[in-house]
Amino acid sequence: MCLAIPGRVAELFDRKGLRMAKVDFAGVRRECCLEYVPEAVLGDYVLVHVGFALSVIDEEEARRTYRLFEEMGQLAELQADQPEP
Amino acid sequence: MKYLDEYRDGRIARALLGEIRRTATRPWVVMEVCGGQTHSILRHGIDRLLPPEVELVHGPGCPVCVTSLEMIDKAHAVAAQADVIFCSFGDMLRVPGSRGDLLSLKGRGADVRVVYAPLDCLRIARDNPDKRVVFFGIGFETTAPANALAIRRARLEGVANFSMLVSHVLVPPAITAILQSSQNRVQAFLGPGHVCAVMGYREYEPIAAAYGVPIVVTGFEPVDLLQGVLLAVRQLETGRHAVENQYARVLGRDGNAAAQRLIFEVFEVTDRKWRGVGAIPKSGYRLRHEYRAHDAERLFEVQDIQTHESDVCISGQVLKGVKRPTDCPAFGKECTPQRPLGATMVSAEGACAAYFSYGRRPAPEPAGLPAR
Repeated sequence: MCLAIPGRVAELFDRKGLRMAKVDFAGVRRECCLEYVPEAVLGDYVLVHVGFALSVIDEEEARRTYRLFEEMGQLAELQADQPEP
Repeated sequence: MKYLDEYRDGRIARALLGEIRRTATRPWVVMEVCGGQTHSILRHGIDRLLPPEVELVHGPGCPVCVTSLEMIDKAHAVAAQADVIFCSFGDMLRVPGSRGDLLSLKGRGADVRVVYAPLDCLRIARDNPDKRVVFFGIGFETTAPANALAIRRARLEGVANFSMLVSHVLVPPAITAILQSSQNRVQAFLGPGHVCAVMGYREYEPIAAAYGVPIVVTGFEPVDLLQGVLLAVRQLETGRHAVENQYARVLGRDGNAAAQRLIFEVFEVTDRKWRGVGAIPKSGYRLRHEYRAHDAERLFEVQDIQTHESDVCISGQVLKGVKRPTDCPAFGKECTPQRPLGATMVSAEGACAAYFSYGRRPAPEPAGLPAR
């Protein structure tokens, strides 16, 4: 029920006054309603649940977290090379 | 896939596990609330990879599982009527009611249809003007915006033959009910990432403060869940109890204001009965009076519902994190995903279904005991 996945806003259109988009999920495109993310533009990644975008993914925040993970990952590799104490 | 693959990186997962092992010095019990998180944990074996100090218990975050038996039976009564097209998400069709499930009702000729999005029901209603189209509006706060929009559009476009049987449930009152229980062992929570994408996490702050429990709002991929556990364990080890946001790429403290505005235009908070758990005050949504023309609960007078639960099923205890699916005598025997006795074995987010699908089995009985 809380399954929501990120996809890229590939096309914008209007249906009966509702702001809609074609969202690309790794090559598969599905229609999605953007009523709740009025700030979303082409190229943005949005989180989609039952045909609705719930939020725009914050690229900078994701990058920040990923840098932290990368450091941890590299550290773990270094530790893996050392013999266990 | 961007924003998914990075959070499934095995190297990062191993690093986080190492950090958790170094951080946990004593036993801790952490509950993930959301059923989607439960499934991800079991699918990726996170429960088995964590050090023995960190015990994960599963919460009631499966809306299919907690929809009350009375509501399921009411859905049956509505779907059985000749002029009704009953629409629902797929999982709900196989939840056992007092007299079978909706799928078997469909087998006996009722017009029961699976939909992916609630807006699809408006199209079905317009295409079938002589029928009454009813949508089973279950779900946590995550699904409420979609349901609210469907109702609002129905009114705007004059789709008079569309109504919704609403049974939304809310997470914060459930967490409070778990913490208030005398059987509670949970010391920290992984908060529901997608519920909070809609609602934000302000409501969790008074809970963390009042009960002294860390609440880490967490995503769904293995790296998210491991980071969530790490942040929770760090708080527990240092005696802190704050609300933290692991899922910052998706949500902020205030959530989605546009979605919340629409939810509260259409819905209002109400008391709700949770299957297996009991009544929790102010724990659900119902349609506001202004939208009564689309409220299936008011439109369909259903009398004398006599509910009957399975004697064997321990769903309620599983949902509260008090028992594990493997503690149930029927698990994997009389009760399987093909022949479920309770909702937790049906739903894609139910703990019992997850345990079964990902190969968790009860420990074998010791040798020397008589076979049953």
